[in-house]
Amino acid sequence: MLDLIWLIPALPLAGFLIVLVLGRKLGEPRAGYVATLMTASAFVVTVGVFIDLLSKTSHDRSHVYTLFSWIPAGNLTVDLAFLADPLSITMALFVTGIGSLIHLYSIGYMHGDPKFSKFFLYLNLFVFSMLMLVLGENMLVTFLGWEGVGTCSYLLISFWHSRESAATAGKKAFVTNRVGDWGFMVAMFFTFQALGTLSYGPLNEAASHGGIAQSTATMIALMLFVGAVGKSAQLPLYLWLPDAMEGPTPVSALIHAATMVTAGVYLMVRTAPVLAIAAWHWAPWIVAGIGAATALYAALVAVAQNDIKKVLAYSTVSQLGYMFLAVGSGAYVAAIFHMVTHAFFKALLFLGSGSVIHGMNSEQDMRRMGALRKLMPITGFTFIIGWLAIAGVPPFAGFWSKDEILLFAWNKSPILWVVGLVTALLTAYYMTRQVIMVFYGKARWNDHAEENGAHGDVHPHESPVTMLLPLVVLAGLSIVGGLIQLPFSHGTKRLEMWLEPVIETAESPLKAGSEDIKWILAGVAVAIGLIGITAAYMVYSKKKVKAIEPNLLANAWYYDKGVSALMGGPGRKSFDAVAWFDSHIIDGAVNGTGKLVQGVAGIVRKGQNGLVRTYAALIGVGAVAVIAWFVFRGVAQ
Amino acid sequence: MTAATFAAEGAAASGFPLLTALVLVPVLGAVLVASMSKRRPEWIKLTAILFSVFTGAISVWMLGSFKTADAGFQLVSKHEWISSWGISWHLGVDGISLFLVVLTGVLFPLAIVGVDPHHDEKPYLAWLLLLEAGVMGSFLSLDLFLFFVFFEIVLVPMYFLIGGWGHGKRIYAATKFFLYTMIGSAFMLVGIAATVLLAKNSLGRVTFDLVELANDSNFAASTARWLFFAFAIAFAVKVPMFPLHTWLPDAHTEAPTAGSVVLAGVMLKLGTYGFLRFGLYLFPQAARNTRAIFLTLAVIGILYGAIAATMQKDLKRLVAYSSIAHLGFIVLGTFAMTSQSISGGVLQMINHGVSTGALFLLVGMIYERRHTREISALKGIQSVAPVFAAAFTLVMLSSIGVPGLNGFVGEFLVLIGSFLTARWWTVVAASGVILAALYLLWAYQRVFHGEPDEDNKSFAELRWKEGMVLLPFIAAIVFCGVYPKPMLDRIQPSVNALISHISDKTGYVEPQPVSTSQEAHP
Repeated sequence: MLDLIWLIPALPLAGFLIVLVLGRKLGEPRAGYVATLMTASAFVVTVGVFIDLLSKTSHDRSHVYTLFSWIPAGNLTVDLAFLADPLSITMALFVTGIGSLIHLYSIGYMHGDPKFSKFFLYLNLFVFSMLMLVLGENMLVTFLGWEGVGTCSYLLISFWHSRESAATAGKKAFVTNRVGDWGFMVAMFFTFQALGTLSYGPLNEAASHGGIAQSTATMIALMLFVGAVGKSAQLPLYLWLPDAMEGPTPVSALIHAATMVTAGVYLMVRTAPVLAIAAWHWAPWIVAGIGAATALYAALVAVAQNDIKKVLAYSTVSQLGYMFLAVGSGAYVAAIFHMVTHAFFKALLFLGSGSVIHGMNSEQDMRRMGALRKLMPITGFTFIIGWLAIAGVPPFAGFWSKDEILLFAWNKSPILWVVGLVTALLTAYYMTRQVIMVFYGKARWNDHAEENGAHGDVHPHESPVTMLLPLVVLAGLSIVGGLIQLPFSHGTKRLEMWLEPVIETAESPLKAGSEDIKWILAGVAVAIGLIGITAAYMVYSKKKVKAIEPNLLANAWYYDKGVSALMGGPGRKSFDAVAWFDSHIIDGAVNGTGKLVQGVAGIVRKGQNGLVRTYAALIGVGAVAVIAWFVFRGVAQ
Repeated sequence: MTAATFAAEGAAASGFPLLTALVLVPVLGAVLVASMSKRRPEWIKLTAILFSVFTGAISVWMLGSFKTADAGFQLVSKHEWISSWGISWHLGVDGISLFLVVLTGVLFPLAIVGVDPHHDEKPYLAWLLLLEAGVMGSFLSLDLFLFFVFFEIVLVPMYFLIGGWGHGKRIYAATKFFLYTMIGSAFMLVGIAATVLLAKNSLGRVTFDLVELANDSNFAASTARWLFFAFAIAFAVKVPMFPLHTWLPDAHTEAPTAGSVVLAGVMLKLGTYGFLRFGLYLFPQAARNTRAIFLTLAVIGILYGAIAATMQKDLKRLVAYSSIAHLGFIVLGTFAMTSQSISGGVLQMINHGVSTGALFLLVGMIYERRHTREISALKGIQSVAPVFAAAFTLVMLSSIGVPGLNGFVGEFLVLIGSFLTARWWTVVAASGVILAALYLLWAYQRVFHGEPDEDNKSFAELRWKEGMVLLPFIAAIVFCGVYPKPMLDRIQPSVNALISHISDKTGYVEPQPVSTSQEAHP
């Protein structure tokens, strides 16, 4: 079964090719079913590989399968090869699993769209790329997937490309990501120079056993982190993710919440030993610091957003920051744990918001919603489960993973822990705010009927079953997701035991002091979550306290506006200056030379007057000049 | 083994003179087309197609008979020409020139079939065929004199193609192109003469033979540097390298579509190929000593070309500036002098030819439909011509360097190889990938996205014939991105031979990455 690992990405690729060739013939909904079937089959194969891995002893759980030699050049050989190990298969499981659910959901969501089959074409290509990313045996295969998901993200964000804002958002996502890709590439250059290979095996092996200089490891880790900052939307490159909400909502759920944006976290965990030996340096502090800063920064912004998807977008940025906080604290298991639970509940929340938008005739402003739980009972119920999970209420999935990150943050530094805790408070607050604004209170969707001219009267309705089924499944997973890693005893830490062979040398040990007070820390975290929920309840439901939604936060600290102004103003002017320099100075010099030659030729031509005495005079002058030159040269010597 | 021994073997083994045919068949075609009666234009076109297709077939045949693992010159054809001067008809192909020859062979028939010149077809086709012969000869010549002749022949048809069938400011562009490259060539002519005469001291005879000169001549370091510069100026103009590039946007923009395709596809590579064949091979020490200049200019070209491309208002000019950036990568790889960087550069020559050739064809198709290339006049084309837009997207992604497509492989090898010997240049150059995404995606957004306005509402979808012409490009883009091994297998041995030649001559030691086995367990 392990040797069938190539089938996992091959199935969605086949789906892509089938829809590419036959998409228009298949039409709606068959193109969607083909694509869904292919992704679901990939999930089945992944489960098979997973079971096969489980049957081996923990240190045999690493298997490389080589398809062919991809780029052989001198002493650099890069194979198109896959790596089946606990980490890659964990990723593949949730990518194909959640991917299948979102494919199914999309059949309902994209109903009636003229480009129905094209949507599934891109979606299959995305799943293929994402699987290449996580299953790659070396950095270059990962990079192939990395750029592939970026390309699909571009195509899907600008899916409704006749809308100017969607087109701009797609371009922005791609270009911003490329800044990160630059870092990834430089990391590969350092790795090749140090080791002569790009495979993860030798890289992690060398890092674990001192086969690589610490300075080199620091450079590799930091450059990979630059890549991760781009892909996983961290400060200062997160800008593209809120705009990416221009894409259809299933895309936001799949790409911009559950899978692609976690690729940066995956990459850092994949190369965990490298970051670990850079540990005495400042590199892990940078990772944890940027993660914590992003978590807090984005959570504050989410408090003041009114667009249902923008809240979730900033929430995603914030939660990704949490994962980097874990990575920087040496808590790689916790990072993956939170990645998985986050994939469950955030995909659920996004799909739920999609269901709301679908039922509300494309309305996304939460101020025009309210009381929807009665009209959309299943959407409402599952959304509430997602809310409890992300808010950190026990025993829902999010509580366990968030708690583990906070424990390791405390272990590294109480400052990081405080930042994490404040973020948790804000998360509970803004999610409660969202649930109240959308599902509780007074129905407000006809308050602005006269402005709603384009939409006409709004009649919220529950979504079709293809959309509800994934919601129910994800809600179930959001409830029980914590079971994979419970902190009670060594035996209940299943994810940790499973991932152990991949990250054993990298994981930071807990100090004795941290271990002792872990239940106190957990209690504080629960209390903080409840405070956040209560606060939001008082503000938005009871309306006892006036809401604090300053413009500064509603506009996301004006950072995006500032960067746009910089790019559109001085940035563009400097580019224009280069173009001007090229056409006026460089080309001007060329044309000037041309003109000069023409001019001189014109003068010289006057000399060609056919008069012997003119020629004789010129010969005379020339001879004198030559003699003079020799004389002076003689003097000089 | 030196290249010379291979040359001797090759000459003995050759049966049908494939390489000579590659040069002479298009010449014959050109003569025939020129002498045909104007009254039967369809016969003229058919003749031209036949001759170009036949040349293409020979080039593919040559690819088939090429011995993969041999590093030296193969299928050599050598005949005395002006024996008192040591000039001979000396043709040969190795891994460095192999795919350039094949690309030339395949690109010309596609350009001839795919593009309609609209008037005076007869001279147009004759010039194109003569151009093909010149390009073929340049890539195959192993004699300095012969090379110079072909290198110069190329200018004449191109001059007439731009001047006769171009757009707007065609006369200005053609003259600029001709004079600029001519001045560069003048330096090379002096360089060739000086090289041959000075080499007489160490060789004891006069010869223009490249292999003999490269192996046996000895120049003082300062002399070699001046000789190398003389060649380098000609090549730098041809590439073109910053700051000698301004002829290119004009020539590209005003040239007819077929001219642009050929210009970008193969002619620019005469410069980068020249650097490898006549720069590094003939003057390795000089090239090593002055490499900082070329690395710096290459990196400037990468960033500068990309920035200038971003602000262009004309789609064709934008592609022209992007070429300056792409060719910068090749020069970077060449002067970084590692196995990966040079192989990557050779691969990039082919990949750039394919991608940019296809881009020019697509821009030509836009021009045919809308009679404008102004980005601001185009809008929303994807809504009315989705297949056309999809083809453009794929070619664009290849040009951006998305892995899985051809453009990435060469660029990546150049960068990873150059990192070993030119770390900081490479780190800066790698940021060019950000700019490449910026200028292409921005242009794409303005041309293809948005609601189409009145003028663009009737933009016609991709036609069958156009699709058939694009199909080979698309196939190459995907194949070379997924499975570049067959190409690398043929390029590598010759590149390694070139590097060991440089090592023999200068004591250069190619830096090797530290291997895990040595350091893993200290």
